[in-house]
Amino acid sequence: MAALPKFIGQPIRRREDPRLITGEGTYVDDVKLAGMLHAALMRSPYAHAKISSVDLSAARKHPGVICALSGEDLAGRLPSLPCVAPAQNVPEHPALARGKVRYVGDAVAIVVATDPYTARDAIDLITADFDPLPAVVDAEKALQPGAPLIHENFGTNLAAKAEMTPPGFDKAMSEADKTLKFRLVNQRLTPTMMEPRGVVAHWEHGYKQLTLWSSTQIPHLLRSQLADMLKLGENKIRVIAPEVGGGFGAKLNVYAEEALLGYLAMELDRPIKWIETRRENMAATTHGRGHVTYVEVGFKNDGAITAIKAKFFCDMGAYLQLLTPAIPSFTALMVPGCYRVGALAFEQNLIFTNKMATDAYRGAGRPEACYLIERTMDMVAAELGMDPVQVRRKNFIPKDAFPFTTAAGLQYDSGDYEGALNKALAMVGYDKLRTEQAAARQQGRYLGIGVSTYVEICGIGPSALLPPKLKGGGWESATVRVEPDSKVTVLTGVSPHGQGQETSFAQIAADALGIDIDDINVLHGDTAIVQYGIGTFGSRATALGGTALVMALGKVQEKMKTIASRLMEVPPQQLIFTNRTIALASDPSKSIPLQKVVEAAYGYKQPIPGVEPGLDASAFFEPSGCTFPFGTHIAVVEVDPQTGAVKFLRYVAVDDCGKIINPLLVDGQLQGGIAQGLGQALYEETVYDENGQLVTASLMDYAIPKAQMVPAIEMANTVTPTNLNPLGVKGVGEAGTIGSTPCVANAVMDALKPFGIRHIDMPLKPEKIWRAIQEAKQAKKG
Amino acid sequence: MFPATFEYHRAHSVKDALALLKRFGQDAKLLSGGHSLLPMMKLRLAQPAHLIDIGAVGELAQIAEEGGKVVIGAGVTHQQIADSALVRGKLQALAEAAAQIGDVQVRNRGTLGGSLAHADPAADYPAAVLALEGEVKLEGAQGTRTVKAQDFFVDLLTTAMNPDEILRQVSFSPIAVGTGCAYLKRPQPASGFALVGVAALVSLGRDGSCEKVRVGVTGLGSKAFRAAGVESALAGKKPEANAIAAAAAHAADGIDCLSDIHASADFRAELARVYTRRAIEKALERCAR
Ligand SMILES: Cc1cc2nc3c(=O)[nH]c(=O)nc-3n(C[C@H](O)[C@H](O)[C@H](O)COP(=O)(O)OP(=O)(O)OC[C@H]3O[C@@H](n4cnc5c(N)ncnc54)[C@H](O)[C@@H]3O)c2cc1C
Repeated sequence: MAALPKFIGQPIRRREDPRLITGEGTYVDDVKLAGMLHAALMRSPYAHAKISSVDLSAARKHPGVICALSGEDLAGRLPSLPCVAPAQNVPEHPALARGKVRYVGDAVAIVVATDPYTARDAIDLITADFDPLPAVVDAEKALQPGAPLIHENFGTNLAAKAEMTPPGFDKAMSEADKTLKFRLVNQRLTPTMMEPRGVVAHWEHGYKQLTLWSSTQIPHLLRSQLADMLKLGENKIRVIAPEVGGGFGAKLNVYAEEALLGYLAMELDRPIKWIETRRENMAATTHGRGHVTYVEVGFKNDGAITAIKAKFFCDMGAYLQLLTPAIPSFTALMVPGCYRVGALAFEQNLIFTNKMATDAYRGAGRPEACYLIERTMDMVAAELGMDPVQVRRKNFIPKDAFPFTTAAGLQYDSGDYEGALNKALAMVGYDKLRTEQAAARQQGRYLGIGVSTYVEICGIGPSALLPPKLKGGGWESATVRVEPDSKVTVLTGVSPHGQGQETSFAQIAADALGIDIDDINVLHGDTAIVQYGIGTFGSRATALGGTALVMALGKVQEKMKTIASRLMEVPPQQLIFTNRTIALASDPSKSIPLQKVVEAAYGYKQPIPGVEPGLDASAFFEPSGCTFPFGTHIAVVEVDPQTGAVKFLRYVAVDDCGKIINPLLVDGQLQGGIAQGLGQALYEETVYDENGQLVTASLMDYAIPKAQMVPAIEMANTVTPTNLNPLGVKGVGEAGTIGSTPCVANAVMDALKPFGIRHIDMPLKPEKIWRAIQEAKQAKKG
Repeated sequence: MFPATFEYHRAHSVKDALALLKRFGQDAKLLSGGHSLLPMMKLRLAQPAHLIDIGAVGELAQIAEEGGKVVIGAGVTHQQIADSALVRGKLQALAEAAAQIGDVQVRNRGTLGGSLAHADPAADYPAAVLALEGEVKLEGAQGTRTVKAQDFFVDLLTTAMNPDEILRQVSFSPIAVGTGCAYLKRPQPASGFALVGVAALVSLGRDGSCEKVRVGVTGLGSKAFRAAGVESALAGKKPEANAIAAAAAHAADGIDCLSDIHASADFRAELARVYTRRAIEKALERCAR
């Protein structure tokens, strides 16, 4: 047999793709069970209204309808949906609205029928009477006296408030030569995963066991919450996350439909399926971002930042979903970015509005922080007439200062911000570009060059960082089973839904055991198969799940070495795994086939003292800190002053996510992330009108970037490993989203500089740009 | 998303389809590519009791030259129009409009007849069909009639067709020597439909002045329209930058422009003026004699 290559670091194509692109994957909607019923929901057409009555009689009489329930029917039967993150005011969150509806899309009633068409028909037969109430849509206005109250019992629309002003802050601010104050809007976004949510619930009465397929990122955490809600033992609920067509944080949650279907499957003793429509997905799956921030920055004449103060108004929506109030805390923690900013003070107001709840969306708090600090850098540069690159260099945390504790109190593991910046500047040809830009301006062409030097927090994260009420901490798990034929099964506690760990984890295991990746099967997302795991979010899967895997592999290796050392009569410390053998490190020709060792472990014909039969091991990895990947993105755009259109000329991304297991996966994560990030900069915005009606209720109005709207991305890496895990990996799932948004915004603002325009809020739609130009011209004339 | 209950019928000829239309009357809808009708049905904005599928009617699916005209059947797909050498050579603006509709799947299913019959105010074809002065042939129980493009679009989702009629084909005079045409579009970033789309046709006379100017605009108001103010302002003028700009300034005259989250009425009007100027300039570039 040919010698096996090393797999880590190789651009190996995703092993999961062939089945996905030939339609052979199993998504929730592909699950079909005998006797399965179908559910549909009636949702509120009002943002805020009293429910006077819900008449289900006609729906119940409709042929094929098995049951129809309203919120009142469920009172006392299904507890509130969970929010595990701390907040002063956590409202009751019934799975079906009771008394009031609080956002457009709030579930009012559920119908279960023999087929999905009948279920949908029956929704039209429900007569519900609502008394509309004034709606609060704007988070800042929601705090004003007299604003309608969304949850009357709190007497306020404030869900929580957090403040931090460290001693010495005022002094730091007073040391500034200049200060700037400005307001930034980080608009609400709709995560828009390819596959909307879906649930199949199956109660096996004889076994007293519930199996729930859900398109989720967190099968185990979901199981724990459902066990509480449905009063079942965790050993009697099996949650399966089959193929999951993207989540972006919006499937890191526990939703009404998951609880409702579990409950009704048990009540009716029939399997039930619910598949979310795209319209429901836009209205009733969590949104992201939604911050208004008032920034005050003090700085020296040389560009050095002495202090930053940020006051946030964070839009929670009508209810708190699983982690809703926790997301803004990541923003506060990451405000300093990759800079020594002197001192940081912040105030965060978490506010109820008559809208769908916000929660994690790719980046989850960090894009808001990165946008804040990277726009601030450009604002300071513009004020001082400095090059934005110079201002960044002036404030960078130098590479020999790590581990570095920031003004927000976080400890950054490692970094070389100058290194990534220099590489990106060289790739784009920065100095030459600036010359071209000047020449173009002479000809009335408006080129803009935007830079963002981002850092973000990954590998989330030590258990202390996760909310106390979450069952399960910030660790991750893995099991390695060497089967009797030497094939290897890896069970990972992470729950990949597009990230490609079936490939990268096989690479890690193959190198450790000296075998081929084709001999490895990576299983995940089934709580009856996999040991408890936390899931995939916060760019944690490889840094934590990969490390747990390395630890489990280590245990298996130890055992195999012990057996091999007996068989070969050499000390175990001298053995290595290579080419399907265990060999002497000093002379690999002295080896024993792996299969012989496996046979000894399973056959156990000659008992090995001190070694149990079998060959598997589990490991749980609790990290000692978070990892901090970083990079520099540079966008070059041209703005058409007549129509406000923005065209990309170049996009350069230099990212440092530590060691790279598979460069194709890294590039793929970055490209998708950059597409979503520039989507926020230019196109995307979840719009509710002043009455709380959702205007962006479909993809006809919510503008995600399509392929032709995304530029060719010139990509490169620098590699600054972390020492917080043995793989040296940091995380890359969200980096692209975080780095790209401010980079594109800065580029557009740079293009508009000749007009004297300093800032326009995102999304930078052509009309806003065109208007700003008209106003600037007007101002010049006037 | 689940449509309401309906019955499906397949027509094998135009005659067939007309008979079915007569039989089911107002309860029936013709189904061509389905790329406007099916989305409406899934949202239950349309709930026809009967669908008459004309997708397999061969006589509707031809592009031909007949009596000096280019004749395009109602069932010809967007992709076929975009790819047709005949259309690209002789009705370039129409091919350009077709090529910019939706995505590959939409272009492979959607049809000229379906798009025109649906009369979405932001559809691409209407601008080109107006500028190229297409003639729409309708066939009904009472026989056939021909409607000029200018008279075809009546209002939002409303045309001059009667419910018992089928749109058979659209015929065009191929553009002559010394004539150029072009279609330019600013897509709405979410839907890809035209926020503003402008088709322009210009013929230069022997003296180099604009002999004939035709401008069709879509996306602006409740229906696509001919920008008469632009046409008359430029007709007879030398195609100089100032004259073109002055003419294009009339692109939105008298139009009650739509306003939504993608563009206010003001901005739509401004885009129409800019795109009209650019479309005329492009058409002029193609006026080689
Ligand atoms: C994702 C997506 C993107 C799109 N993007 C664009 C775009 O960018 N630009 C654009 O212009 N359009 C766009 N469309 C619409 C598309 O062009 C449709 O195909 C077209 O509008 C309708 O043509 P059809 O053949 O699919 O008609 P159908 O949907 O089958 O029918 C539409 C209507 O016309 C009637 N009808 C059909 N044929 C006839 C006939 N021969 N005689 C009388 N009545 C008839 C039907 O009864 C129905 O009322 C898009 C559609 C989708 C789904």
